[in-house]
Amino acid sequence: MIVIGERINGMFKKVREAIQKKDAAAIQDLARRQVAAGADALDLNVGTASTDHVADMVWLVNTVQAVVSVPLSVDSARPEPLEAGLAAVKGKRMLNSTTGKEVDLGRLLPLAKRYDASVIGLTIDEEGVPANVDKRVEIAAKILAAAQDAGIPTDALYIDPITLPVNCAQDQPQHLFQAMQQFRMLSDPPPHTCIGLSNISQRLAEHQLLNRTFLIMCMAWGLDSAIMDPLDEELMRAMITAELLNNRFIYADSYLEAYKKH
Amino acid sequence: MAVPDVRETYSGKVVTVTLGATAAEGGTRSVVVTLGGHASLPFLHFEGETRPPAIALEVMDAPPEGSEWPAPLAQAYGDAVADPVRWARKCVEEFGADLVCLHLVSTHPDRGGASAAKARETVLAVRDAVKVPLMVWGCDEDAKDNEVLPVVSQALAGERCLLGMATKDNYKTLTAACLADGHAIVGLSPLDINIAKQMNILIADMGLPPERIVMYPTTGALGYGLEYTYSIMERGRLAALAGDRMMAMPVLCIVGPESWGTKEARSDEVAGWGPAADRGPLWEAVTGTVLLQAGADIMLMRHPAAVKAVRGAIAGLAKGKEVQP
Repeated sequence: MIVIGERINGMFKKVREAIQKKDAAAIQDLARRQVAAGADALDLNVGTASTDHVADMVWLVNTVQAVVSVPLSVDSARPEPLEAGLAAVKGKRMLNSTTGKEVDLGRLLPLAKRYDASVIGLTIDEEGVPANVDKRVEIAAKILAAAQDAGIPTDALYIDPITLPVNCAQDQPQHLFQAMQQFRMLSDPPPHTCIGLSNISQRLAEHQLLNRTFLIMCMAWGLDSAIMDPLDEELMRAMITAELLNNRFIYADSYLEAYKKH
Repeated sequence: MAVPDVRETYSGKVVTVTLGATAAEGGTRSVVVTLGGHASLPFLHFEGETRPPAIALEVMDAPPEGSEWPAPLAQAYGDAVADPVRWARKCVEEFGADLVCLHLVSTHPDRGGASAAKARETVLAVRDAVKVPLMVWGCDEDAKDNEVLPVVSQALAGERCLLGMATKDNYKTLTAACLADGHAIVGLSPLDINIAKQMNILIADMGLPPERIVMYPTTGALGYGLEYTYSIMERGRLAALAGDRMMAMPVLCIVGPESWGTKEARSDEVAGWGPAADRGPLWEAVTGTVLLQAGADIMLMRHPAAVKAVRGAIAGLAKGKEVQP
């Protein structure tokens, strides 16, 4: 399971304030703690309130890579901060994200190729977020084909079937499970599958339990990466245990603590 | 039609463990032995780096008793077994051992319970007699090992020896001694891959790096669990190659003592089994040859004819790839 730490995101008040004040120590603390807790990569998002997305993204990248060496996921809905962020990353990088829209595929995949970045591809197209399984798989196939045409290897592609809050769309998790299973049949090797986990529980009372349970169910259907909170200890313990039950590593009594030594 | 390339590549690698330290490295050995470092399954050198195992010969610190030393072994070693120093020299000079494993059998309470001071004396005499790296194996009685092995460890400080055995219920004293004196450790598990991994985690948690840990997953001789041993070793190696760092340690196989413990190797009373003089060495050779392919990194052996046969098998499997341990 590839854990992409979600905590450095301007939608969180403290992160937004740290970005505004250029409080590097606060951001670096979050970066270190997430990596220590088991994050394999860190997502960086300046948030919608930023007044200069490009400058803030470059600052985030430099601030974070000064203290940790994991891959960085440059997360923005705009192409300019994506490009500036990717250019600033010194190590492995990830573009988060493209959609299946022609315009995005046309400008973002070449960008990913140029910076040798992995790509998260959202199953959204010109018609919006699909409400069913087939359309999700169709968009995933379109993104996969476009990525292959752009010279991006399949193991650098992460398909995100779009997670919606469970109270808004209670039938969607079922669609996601089936879509994730079908993504695995699109190619050999298959693309990775990724979700923005906390979307399932946004502003809901039992958000940690919802996140935890949803993650485990997704993993049973083939999910192999998530943008999630590695500082949620129970979530990480459940994730590691699901990895064990998926036969990803050999059991030992201390498997929880051994996981980070993988 | 193009022939498909079916070579496997793996993301993980078995760590490299170095035994023995030369004068330049703070020890007194004239050679060092390197174990592990595999990036593929045994001998598949066309897929990635792989290193053939080293052969250790066993030297007991007291003459073997009765049935544990059948006639073919007695013939091969003669009266050298009366003195661990002569025995060790014979192993190295005549039989070409890569390492000497000094087995402190006499410290066992049932076998006289020799003192830590006496064990220290023997260990130092063997250290001075041979220049190959040393392994020291206690008597497998926890309380006594915890008394003797730290003393032996300190006496050999800086020689980068391999000390055993650590078990799930008794590993702290030996791990601490290895940490303090610069040795590597053997972690024993009873034919149980989950405990094998747990041993590695427990030892590593005390601060000993993976590069100083060797696994002993327990060896079953031909006819006595060899297939089970093989499958556990293979599964462990595949996990290591897939990236499980807590399974990526080299593996010890106790081939000689286990083979010679079987009645098939020892008995000269069963009609139709053929001459015991050949059967015993063959039993050990076959057990060893099988385990080569399961991923053995050190083979602890006894009979020189079996050693010769296993060396021949290694040379055959490593053909075209000259890598010496």
